[in-house]
Amino acid sequence: MNRSTIDLWVGLFVAAGFGALLFLALKVGNLATFTTNESYQVQAKFANIGGLKIRAPVKSAGVVVGRVAGIHFDTETYEAIVTMYVDGRYKFPRDTSAKVLTSGLLGEQYVGLEAGGDGMMLKNGDRLRLTQSAVVLENLIGQFLYNKAAEGAEGKDKK
Amino acid sequence: MVESIVRGFFERVGRGVTARMWQLGYGARFLFYLVLHSGTALRRFRITLREVYYAGVLSLVIILVSGLFVGMVLGLQGYETLQRFGASESLGVLVALSLVRELGPVVAGLLFASRAGSAITAEIGLMKATEQISAMEMMAVDPIARVVAPRFWGGVISMPLLAALFSAMGIFGGYIVGVELIGIDRGAFWSQMQAAVDVREDILNGVIKSVVFGLAVSWIAVFEGYDAAPTAEGVSRATTRTVVTSSLAILALDFVLTALMFTGGNAR
Repeated sequence: MNRSTIDLWVGLFVAAGFGALLFLALKVGNLATFTTNESYQVQAKFANIGGLKIRAPVKSAGVVVGRVAGIHFDTETYEAIVTMYVDGRYKFPRDTSAKVLTSGLLGEQYVGLEAGGDGMMLKNGDRLRLTQSAVVLENLIGQFLYNKAAEGAEGKDKK
Repeated sequence: MVESIVRGFFERVGRGVTARMWQLGYGARFLFYLVLHSGTALRRFRITLREVYYAGVLSLVIILVSGLFVGMVLGLQGYETLQRFGASESLGVLVALSLVRELGPVVAGLLFASRAGSAITAEIGLMKATEQISAMEMMAVDPIARVVAPRFWGGVISMPLLAALFSAMGIFGGYIVGVELIGIDRGAFWSQMQAAVDVREDILNGVIKSVVFGLAVSWIAVFEGYDAAPTAEGVSRATTRTVVTSSLAILALDFVLTALMFTGGNAR
């Protein structure tokens, strides 16, 4: 048996295997770029976070700028505290507002940041003051029905 | 009459359980000894390389072809369901996640067990039946260090690489069906996949799975071969046992690993 051919085949096999792993990591998994970068932590309180999950993206103007790191419940105010890591490359003013938004009609939920006009920038550990909760579909439908009913009642009164 | 049937049944069950336990203990001791004495296999790496060739390189064709077809089937089936919800662009996510998390390691493991595991068992069993193992002992060559350990490590090295190739090939198959044949947007296919697949959570966990399956299959294969009765019938039985036991072990381990890996994040 010729040994050198076996070595060649094994070498090719191992190279192909590592190539496949690299393909999976880079092309399929898109090796998360900003876990290695400096990031800072911000907190925000929401009355309702809907279906927000840990590791959900934090976006500003549609660009992913960070990730949700933790979700806790505050027993004093009965609100949700969302901790997120924002990429250190992106600085936001201190009066930035946070919203829980949904991508698409049935898509996943994410935190949307909208920059304010303050000259001071957010620091590690800061808390966002202006927040807007997730839209809960049931509440929305309830409100709509209530408004419709109220309109109907007004219309009757006028007649 | 009834009493003897009942007693016979319990006797058989008891004997079976005792035999299994005995074999499990022997197998564990065998693994421990094997790891302790694999110095030779790793120092004279060429012997192990030869086994990587037999277990890995020769399994390439079946792994690549099945990976391609599994990916293509996933592409077709996934498209059928996803397009009902107008989410056909998520086909890349579906194909990539199911391959990387589950199908890659599991199906590659099953194929590896039946293609390479059975060959390892048959080879070692035949060496035992033709008294080559005893001859080695006679010459003061440790058969576990010289014969068993290289095959074990060859399998352990090959399996994760084969699983990665299977997954990559499957994603390629899904790409062919989804993008080239059905006509999903190429950019959406890849970008949604990249957004949804996490390197640590999905890919690394898949690799860990394939390493564990590789260890399990290689261990079962070399042990069954070494433990085989030194007859033609014994070797054939051992080969069958290797395939059955390692398939069951892969599926059971897969459940345990999945429960450990993919529920921790959501439970918080």
